[in-house]
Amino acid sequence: MRIALFVTCLGDVLFPEVGKATVTVLERLGHEVVFPAAQTCCGQMHTNTGYQGDAVGLVHHHVDVFGAALADGCEAIVAPSGSCAGSVRHQHAEVARRAGDEVLAVRAEAVAARTYELSELLVDVLGVTDVGASYPHRVTYHPTCHSLRLLRVGDRPLQLLRAVRGIDLVELPAADTCCGFGGTFSIKNADTSTAMLADKMSSVLATSAEVVTAGDSSCLMHIGGGLSRLKTGVKPVHLAQILAGES
Amino acid sequence: MSSVFLGLPGVPGPGADTGVGHLTGDRPFPAAARDALGNSRLRRNLAHATSTIRGKRARVVGEVPDWEALRDAGSAIKTATMARLPELLEQLEANVTARGGVVHWARDAAEANRIVTALVQAKGVDEVVKVKSMATQEIGLNEALEAAGIAALETDLAELIVQLAHDKPSHILVPAIHRGRAEIREIGTLTVVESEGNGRMCLTLPETLITVMGIEKVVPTWRDLEVFLQLLPRSSTGERMNPYTSTWAGVTPGDGPQEFHLVLLDNGRTRALADEVGRAALHCIRCSACLNVCPVYERTGGHAYGSVYPGPIGAVLTPQLTGLTGGSDPNDSLPYASSLCGACYDVCPVKINIPDLLVQLRAEHTEAHAGAHRVPTPEAAAMAAAAWVMAEPSRFATAGRAASAGRHGIRKGRPMLPLPPPLSGWTASRDLPSPPRETFRDWWARTRGEQP
Repeated sequence: MRIALFVTCLGDVLFPEVGKATVTVLERLGHEVVFPAAQTCCGQMHTNTGYQGDAVGLVHHHVDVFGAALADGCEAIVAPSGSCAGSVRHQHAEVARRAGDEVLAVRAEAVAARTYELSELLVDVLGVTDVGASYPHRVTYHPTCHSLRLLRVGDRPLQLLRAVRGIDLVELPAADTCCGFGGTFSIKNADTSTAMLADKMSSVLATSAEVVTAGDSSCLMHIGGGLSRLKTGVKPVHLAQILAGES
Repeated sequence: MSSVFLGLPGVPGPGADTGVGHLTGDRPFPAAARDALGNSRLRRNLAHATSTIRGKRARVVGEVPDWEALRDAGSAIKTATMARLPELLEQLEANVTARGGVVHWARDAAEANRIVTALVQAKGVDEVVKVKSMATQEIGLNEALEAAGIAALETDLAELIVQLAHDKPSHILVPAIHRGRAEIREIGTLTVVESEGNGRMCLTLPETLITVMGIEKVVPTWRDLEVFLQLLPRSSTGERMNPYTSTWAGVTPGDGPQEFHLVLLDNGRTRALADEVGRAALHCIRCSACLNVCPVYERTGGHAYGSVYPGPIGAVLTPQLTGLTGGSDPNDSLPYASSLCGACYDVCPVKINIPDLLVQLRAEHTEAHAGAHRVPTPEAAAMAAAAWVMAEPSRFATAGRAASAGRHGIRKGRPMLPLPPPLSGWTASRDLPSPPRETFRDWWARTRGEQP
């Protein structure tokens, strides 16, 4: 299958290894990955912070770029992020409608219908749970809020992780509780965010895992930033990187 | 995310139609939260109380095979009710009047308090008994009565504790961290849903009965009430059924109260109803399930929200009742008091999409600011700059390379130069990631060649 990678702005600039790992996994499974170089950002930060007017242009750009990729023969668009895929699927058309652009809203819905978070693409579209990965480490999985409650990925990431060779997968206590990131929430309400993070870190440490994984680089940047500040030694590693067998 | 915008909703600031009363705290949420977060005993109590009730709710909701259908029905009834509220309220008034009751219309909290105080004074008494209700807390009825020399005795045990301590309740249901009340009618019948029986006592023993009810609480038919009587107890206290459900209509000679007054309270509700997206907050049946699952509420408690309506529902209801100013009114901070984790929407028995409403209110806040100020906030300027960079791939690529080059400015997760507020909020407790030597797009171009 020809698949367009939406690497996300954060993934492009701060976490390129996650994009590379996504390419590795999909190519290992025999698929063709295309990177539409004109892509930038889905605009979620603007939308969620109250700047929908600024977000419309970004939605327009995203729809142009990935609409063209679909027209060019791509059958699916994948994002290694539940949050960004969630914004494309649940916010883009609405932002367009609020701006009074029904044409853009309909085009956004067409792009949204083909946009998947990585675990959805692998399990639902490509029909695989064993991606041939090996990762001999003790790992705990944090289900991020938007993958869990916006996209409803359910246990798809866990199905993929259980099939990884050598992995010691340990359950995270209170796993479905938010880590406290929430985009600009983490700085506008830094104290509350930090209190939420502290509880998430306690849960992670209780598992004695070497690695905490998730389907979103943003939440991992938050959890990892806290674990690093406390010098815990626990590493944040994106789901794609584990599935790529990188250690 | 099915909400459809039929145009820009009006975003007027506080005016003649806005709510007053116990709806606004003295500080914005982040400042008020900071104090609560420093109280480790409060945090332990809240964590224990909310996790216990979350577990109870989850167990009893899990027993109902058609729970999702019930939620859909609850949501549909509420949407239909809001669509013909004026007509339903006029029917309600006509039928209450026909059954010997008197209906009063209160524009805001002050008017409602004046009406109730005058009714009590007309009876020549200086004591009233009260059943807990959110509407009377919202308008500050006890304080208004006290100021008029009338003692209001709370009959709910937890409320009595709060009253004796001259404290404010911090939860919708369980004030001494509070039992719920819904005002319902089939063409003129009122209903109180409660646990302790104190409500029934208050409804039947006194000579005069005064009910204060938010105008949005009308339920059109008995069949509709059936849906809420299933949704409410399981969502609120985790009970399969509440112990006492009392209904009454008007006055019956020789039996129960011989005088019945119904005060219909607006206090900002008409204003909220005018917002095509935000009006969904008026669907709330005051169960408080969203408070109990909210990771923010669990850590800050209710007082940080400043309003009698705390938690996720308070964050969307309160600012609509009082009006977003676009400025520094404490309630303007409420739509931001959420990580948008979505746990509230999952448990809401009438499926209020609280995360969506929060995002909508954030937009209304920034638009109200832009409408009232010629100079944008630093945040608005930064957002506009970011959107400008991201609108054009070459500018974005350049910015990505600048971030890579800037990685030397970060040493062991900390910036070499301290970050200014609000960015320092991140680095106070979290390390920064180190930007890579090469962005993804540059890696792709280098290893895979140019893509079309």
